[in-house]
Amino acid sequence: MKRKTQRMIYVGAGLAILAFAGLLAFFAIGDNVRFFYSPGDLKQLASPPTQSFHLGGLVKAGSVHKDNEMMLRFTVTDGAAEVPVVYDQTEHGLVPDLFAEGQGAVAEGKLGDDGTFVATRVLAKHDENYMPPEVTDALKRSGEWQRGRPE
Amino acid sequence: MIVELGHFALILALLAALVQGTVPLVGAHRGDAALIAVARPAAFLQLALAALSFAALTWAYLVSDFSVANVALNSHTDKPLLYKISGVWGNHEGSILLWILILALFGAGVAAFGRNLPDAFRARVLAIQALIAVGFLAFSLFTSNPFARLDPVPLNGNGLNPLLQDPGLAFHPPMLYLGYVGFSIAFSFAIAALIEGRVDPAWARWVRPWTLAAWSFLTAGIALGSWWAYYELGWGGWWFWDPVENASFMPWLAGTALLHSAIVVEKRDTLKSWTILLAILTFSLSLLGSFLVRSGVLTSVHSFASDPERGVFILAFLILVVGGSLTLYAVRAPSMKPTGMFSPISRETSLIVNNLVLAVAAFVILFGTLYPLLAKEVGYQVSVAAPFFNIVFPALMALLIPFMGLGPLLAWKRGNLREALRRLRPAFVLAVAAGLAVAVLTEGPFWASIGVAYGVWLTASVLTELAGRVGLFRAPGQALRRAAGLPRGAWGMTIAHLGIAVMIFGIAVSSAWQREEITVIEPGDSVTVGGYRFVLDAVGPVRGPNYAAIRGTFSVYKNGKFVARLFPETRRFADPPQETTEAAIDPLFTGDLYAVIGQAQSDGRWGVRLYHKPLVSWIWAGALIMVLGGMVSLSDRRLRVGAPRAARVPAGVPVPGVAGE
Repeated sequence: MKRKTQRMIYVGAGLAILAFAGLLAFFAIGDNVRFFYSPGDLKQLASPPTQSFHLGGLVKAGSVHKDNEMMLRFTVTDGAAEVPVVYDQTEHGLVPDLFAEGQGAVAEGKLGDDGTFVATRVLAKHDENYMPPEVTDALKRSGEWQRGRPE
Repeated sequence: MIVELGHFALILALLAALVQGTVPLVGAHRGDAALIAVARPAAFLQLALAALSFAALTWAYLVSDFSVANVALNSHTDKPLLYKISGVWGNHEGSILLWILILALFGAGVAAFGRNLPDAFRARVLAIQALIAVGFLAFSLFTSNPFARLDPVPLNGNGLNPLLQDPGLAFHPPMLYLGYVGFSIAFSFAIAALIEGRVDPAWARWVRPWTLAAWSFLTAGIALGSWWAYYELGWGGWWFWDPVENASFMPWLAGTALLHSAIVVEKRDTLKSWTILLAILTFSLSLLGSFLVRSGVLTSVHSFASDPERGVFILAFLILVVGGSLTLYAVRAPSMKPTGMFSPISRETSLIVNNLVLAVAAFVILFGTLYPLLAKEVGYQVSVAAPFFNIVFPALMALLIPFMGLGPLLAWKRGNLREALRRLRPAFVLAVAAGLAVAVLTEGPFWASIGVAYGVWLTASVLTELAGRVGLFRAPGQALRRAAGLPRGAWGMTIAHLGIAVMIFGIAVSSAWQREEITVIEPGDSVTVGGYRFVLDAVGPVRGPNYAAIRGTFSVYKNGKFVARLFPETRRFADPPQETTEAAIDPLFTGDLYAVIGQAQSDGRWGVRLYHKPLVSWIWAGALIMVLGGMVSLSDRRLRVGAPRAARVPAGVPVPGVAGE
């Protein structure tokens, strides 16, 4: 076999695998991209998103309470707007250790018909000083960024 | 005083690296033996200075010298000794210093053990290695000085993030760095070969042990990190496709490909420019990983307080390294002609398939990881959820694993496909039978039976290959003697591939048949999970060295028989104030029992989270077996002795050794 033919076979095989992966990635990414909105962003949208998305902001002070032991309710705020959130710990797991009032948080889930955000996941962060960049941006946009928060 | 000494040593290390990075290059170019001879002592000097500097910072941590900003921010007098030491690299500045130390260590390793390398070539390798060190030393000294002083001196430190106060995580970064930085050697060898314009089997043989060592460390480092996430975060998961995890996984995939393509260069003297490219890409992905972790450009649960300015520095360095090396590659690679020819049915072809799939997998993960950055440029804030990776990555591995069984049965150059397939028939039948049995007899998802079938296929085909090699069926009497005589490299491959099989079983079975119960109970109550009855005996407070904790006591029974006692804790640390969840895990061969105790309820009951995770510990056992395979392969005499040299080449003449088996 000529070297050129041989090389063409390998290039062809490489392209086939790449095409396979590309197609797979193309179809997989559509369902798995999660948009990020702050409560203020949501208010400005023409129509509320129907897909699952990330909601981020500060957990409003005094807003965390429990319907029963495992059903958690709290409000996410960015200063410009507020969104009530409900999170079922029995189904989706206990909230992370660092979840607290006045702290930044990101929740994943869908908006219910009554405007309550039904969370399927509350994202953890590892560090007291750490604020998810999206939340930082959202707070800056709404003018809520302040008080010598670490940057 | 000692701290200033450390700082001073770091500055001197930068100077030593500058000399090591320039003088030998000029010497090798001109053929000046005196200038070439500078490389080795400079490498040892750089290591001594970096070690001195690292020792000084460690000392500051040990005596809790809070006049050093780094110590004050990350340590505390109450912290246990192990975490005072691991605190040295548990922060940005210290981890860069560790990176520098390991970089110097590997450089000195080449200087010490590379006796069989031609002098000029070794000088070039050491010079490239030093130029990388210059970048990191400058980064440390100009943007992240670990020795900066504080005034006024605080009375006590802030303490280390309690989540990091864990033996698994104490050793995770050094392991990971030994892997990342180890690939710098392959990079330096690749650049030196490009400068000289030639790559031959001897080159591959020199590069292989370093790549193998780096790969083993990286495998161990990733496994440790995943194990830590499993028991410390209390979510019961072990891999989240988080950007930081991906950052360590991409170099692993590229490094695995490099490991395999270097074999083709060594045995067949072909695939050279691709191997060089892989060496460059592997290290570039390592650098990209540290950029992603350190710059905070991506949202990650692992992101620690980060600094965009440092990100810019690493980005500039990354562009310089990647851009520079790829430009050199573009100019020089076409001159590297393969000498070997082979048929499409041969072991090298199956290794090419391995390389194609691994490279594409690394690329897809890179795409998924950087997608949010691309989307941000067009004004969207998005993140890519784990299911994306969980679809794409297993699909690619499903392409690869059949070849893992087939490839080793094919001969180099021209393999006999029909004969190989005939020998693999039992393995194939066994795999299909196992998959069907799982699909029919159990209520698992369809992919679980596919996973089990793949695991069985890989195990059976690896054992078929081993049996053939030792002649188990031809001459059973001599099989043991022949097994002892097999080259360690062959054993390494067999062991590492079996490790992958063990890991596949662990992933498939634990993901498919995990049982989980999240509920609220009071002491005396019991919950049954996956056939195991967890009884909450008691809940009470306990005190640790620098924390107070609530500890639950569970007794676990199966069919009325006592199995284990579990003590999950919720720890509350004072400095810094933070709560951590300490899951209690009883790792059984057949599956882990996993218990977490959560918040107290107003009525004296407790939130608990209980799991039964069948075969989950096989995931880490598999990784450990892979590392073992790497170590066995590394002990192969062939690699220690290296390629023979016909005669001493006169210094300065660019002849990188003599090829030969």
